Amino acid sequence: MREIKVFSYVDKGTIIHKLSGVSKVLCFLILTFASMFTYDLRVLLVLTMISLIISYLAKFPFGRYKAFLLYFAIFALVNSILNFLLAPTYGVEIFGSAHVIYRFNDFYVLTQEELYYQLCKIIKFLSIIPIGMLLFYSIHPSELASSLNGIKVPYKACTVFALALRYFPDIQKDYNNINLAQQARGIDSSKKASLSKRIKNTSKILIPLVFSTLDRVELISNAMELRGYGKAKSRTWYSYRPLQKRDYLAILFCTLVFMAVLFMRFAVVKNLFWNPFI
Amino acid sequence: MNKNFFGKFDVKTIVATALGAALFLVLFLFVRIPSPIPNTNIQIAYGISAFFGALFGPISGFLVAFVGHALNDFVGGGISGVWWSWVIASGVAGFFSGCAYKFSDLEHGKKPGKMFFIFNIVGQLIAWILVAPVLDIVIYAEPVETVFVQGFTSFVIDAISACVVGGILAYAYAAIRPSTSSLDKE
Repeated sequence: MREIKVFSYVDKGTIIHKLSGVSKVLCFLILTFASMFTYDLRVLLVLTMISLIISYLAKFPFGRYKAFLLYFAIFALVNSILNFLLAPTYGVEIFGSAHVIYRFNDFYVLTQEELYYQLCKIIKFLSIIPIGMLLFYSIHPSELASSLNGIKVPYKACTVFALALRYFPDIQKDYNNINLAQQARGIDSSKKASLSKRIKNTSKILIPLVFSTLDRVELISNAMELRGYGKAKSRTWYSYRPLQKRDYLAILFCTLVFMAVLFMRFAVVKNLFWNPFI
Repeated sequence: MNKNFFGKFDVKTIVATALGAALFLVLFLFVRIPSPIPNTNIQIAYGISAFFGALFGPISGFLVAFVGHALNDFVGGGISGVWWSWVIASGVAGFFSGCAYKFSDLEHGKKPGKMFFIFNIVGQLIAWILVAPVLDIVIYAEPVETVFVQGFTSFVIDAISACVVGGILAYAYAAIRPSTSSLDKE
């Protein structure tokens, strides 16, 4: 049975781990938004380098990318093929020129522009992946909610985030137990069953799972209510760490990266894409 | 029946929303039934957001789908990193599912009415035919053809799973709730 761990947090005491959770979340958001605003291959490569360097500073185990890269390769390949089948000349539309590599027929023409566009897209995905994996690797689980609150997310929504993460392993265990119990009764929802059977049998796992979860809701909400949760307009956090000099420096750095990306996009290239064909 | 459109955001709702999001995440990760269109799976998780939305209101529905989908992308189910446009679209779909809250009374054993299904279909339509493709084009500069093919498939699949799975759950829940009490308040 497959079990997924959400957090792999170990305090390695690196400079990244020492940052306050608020600056980790904020830097993560700024950097992902930076990559969202550009399709410039050079900028994307720099962003990828930055997020790899940050991962290196945090002593992120790079072996973990290996398993991931295989899945990513399949995803990217399928996505590219689908894009090519539906819109083979999209690259030509963007860049306004056509360097033909191979002509299958009048509609399917493989061009350098198309390949370049696909490359940009793959790098764009890759650029934010290390930083995304790093966030849950370097942030203390109980600091996440206070960090979200630190960037002005309403505290009740932060509690939703924290509780969802707290109860994910429990519900995952429930799901596995119910699934095995139903399989023991001959209700198969694995790959071996046919599609319609699979959907039908899955719903037989769903009802006990959802209703046992609703029972749990009563229990938890009573416990929280007894402790006076939600009576005040704001909330203080046990795990909150005030911002220090290094936090301001980290946020400043990420903001500068973001500004540089915007500057490249709107002042230098003046286009979403950087066109190497002219 | 006098209900606030947005529902009351009390402790029980917060906890239910959180566990709903965790459920959404578990189903999103483990119950992936592949569909004919690549990178688009049959996600029965949208039944969860439909059910929790109808039970606790639009904000709850939004958070169940948004938090569940975002965490899915973090935890490693999302091989493309955090794909914000689809995360936001999921949240929008959840929000619309939750609009059925005002028009249904599952809590007192009333079966889900046609508003439940209408809001789910409309919500998934807006999310996958409008929000997700537009954000995909703006943020990721995907070709129009691809995003609409993927968006349309997602709409059909997710609307069915929201209505069927959400409907099954809502009926089952209404069946075990005591119907409105025969006692009068004096």
